[in-house]
Amino acid sequence: MSERQLVAGNIAVAMGALAAGCRHYFGYPITPQSDIPAYMSAELRKLGGTFIQAESEIASINMLLGASACGFRAMTSSSSPGISLKQEGISYMAGSELPGLIVNICRSGPGLGGIDASQADYFQSVKTGGHGGYRTIVVAPASVQEMYDLTILSFDLSDRYRMPALLLADSLVGQMKEALELKPYTLPSDLPAKEWAVTGKLWRSDQRIVKSLYLGEGELEQHNWKLWRRAEELKEKEQRSEGKYLDDAKLIVTGFGSAARIAKTAVEMAREAGMQVGFLRPITLFPFPEKAFAEATVSCKQLLCVELSTGQMVEDVRLSVARDAEVAFYGRPPGTGSLPTPEELFAQIQKHYGKGA
Amino acid sequence: MTHDVFMTGFGGQGVLMIGNLLAYAGILEGKNVSYYPSYGVEKRGGAANCMVMVSDAEIGSPVIGAPSAGIILNQASYDLNIARFKPGAFCLLNSSLIDEGALKRDDLATVRLPLNEMALELGDARLLNMIAVGCYAASCQSVSLDALKGALKKVLPERNHRFIPLNIQAIDLGAAQINKG
Repeated sequence: MSERQLVAGNIAVAMGALAAGCRHYFGYPITPQSDIPAYMSAELRKLGGTFIQAESEIASINMLLGASACGFRAMTSSSSPGISLKQEGISYMAGSELPGLIVNICRSGPGLGGIDASQADYFQSVKTGGHGGYRTIVVAPASVQEMYDLTILSFDLSDRYRMPALLLADSLVGQMKEALELKPYTLPSDLPAKEWAVTGKLWRSDQRIVKSLYLGEGELEQHNWKLWRRAEELKEKEQRSEGKYLDDAKLIVTGFGSAARIAKTAVEMAREAGMQVGFLRPITLFPFPEKAFAEATVSCKQLLCVELSTGQMVEDVRLSVARDAEVAFYGRPPGTGSLPTPEELFAQIQKHYGKGA
Repeated sequence: MTHDVFMTGFGGQGVLMIGNLLAYAGILEGKNVSYYPSYGVEKRGGAANCMVMVSDAEIGSPVIGAPSAGIILNQASYDLNIARFKPGAFCLLNSSLIDEGALKRDDLATVRLPLNEMALELGDARLLNMIAVGCYAASCQSVSLDALKGALKKVLPERNHRFIPLNIQAIDLGAAQINKG
């Protein structure tokens, strides 16, 4: 066990990427994630890696595509408007079956919006913001340790399923500091070799082509079904969530990332007040932890979903719960200084508790 | 047991520095900690706040509506935040810059110290934050003074380690204000 350090969430992402063997970073600065490129620019130089502050977000996502096509672990990071610009590249990566990490330290919108913590990029991340119908892995850390751990997991899943991975967080988790324990990383031994990577033909006899253009008869249809099968396998095997107090719960509070963090304290307040309130937090947003929600709502029929938006994940919660479960929603779209407090969320729990009984 | 403290002042007073220091001290004592900063875009003079939690248990929310302890270093921060504190909360006020006036609360465990003058007397106006955090730690005992002093090495950049003895003096001076009482 390594010594625990006091580290900001954004830095933990960068440290996790380096631990996972990422040596290539491409990005363009934007608040509130610029700590990531700042850290990478200093550390990658020491490690003999590549750091490029590109001329734009669009350039940097395409550099990521290129590095990934060559078989390297590589990443980019940005914040909401910058992530919108990257969508075309993400679609091309998905179409080309390329792994790679895209970090979104989400700020508020729509449009230029503001810089406050927001969760309004859920739809864009989970339902995919680019064209053509594809899926990406989406993880949602709620602590500094998870910023580190889930960055590493994203690289592994992304390589395994050959699809881009998105890490979705905001300035609360990104700029907060907590104790971080560095864990030694070893590449999973069952990760398939990148036999598709374009590395120069040299002694090989096979020709490798990374592309997303399929013009042959029936070729593109087959390609789409292949991508679909991979996403289905991901759904089957990789759902992750955190549950607490679910066994006797009469009301389950759910949310992801920073909202879940605040809600967790509200749940503890309810328990102290003798209320049977449970907590269920998706860690992977795609695949959405449908099984955990289905299981939890066999006995508990009342849920409260909390988000820093007008309501997006709540739609997936409603699709995942038992038919007779009721899902209430409480949202706080961002504005300066407007993070909800645990006390405020506790009041919401009191409002809904016992209604479904 | 979870200790939360809200620290607030203007940029340059060292609020974020002592927030980091307290959080690191908690780590040195094997506790769970969180440090959540919020500050204006100005390098100096804008509002600077942070919330620190130190706990034996897992920490949920890093922000809380009604804090149970506070360090308030200037008038604007006092006016903006004093109503938030939980009844009975420990509150250290920098009386050099704060006039409680009409907003005065009688239901808090208030300690008033002229931090600016105390820091100058010690030799440097910038020691104000260390006096404040020493006083807070001695009163609320979320971390030991030893851990606080040990964390200086972790939080201050190498080039400033020569100032550690003076900072330790300031922490002790702050603590003495509680212990003498």
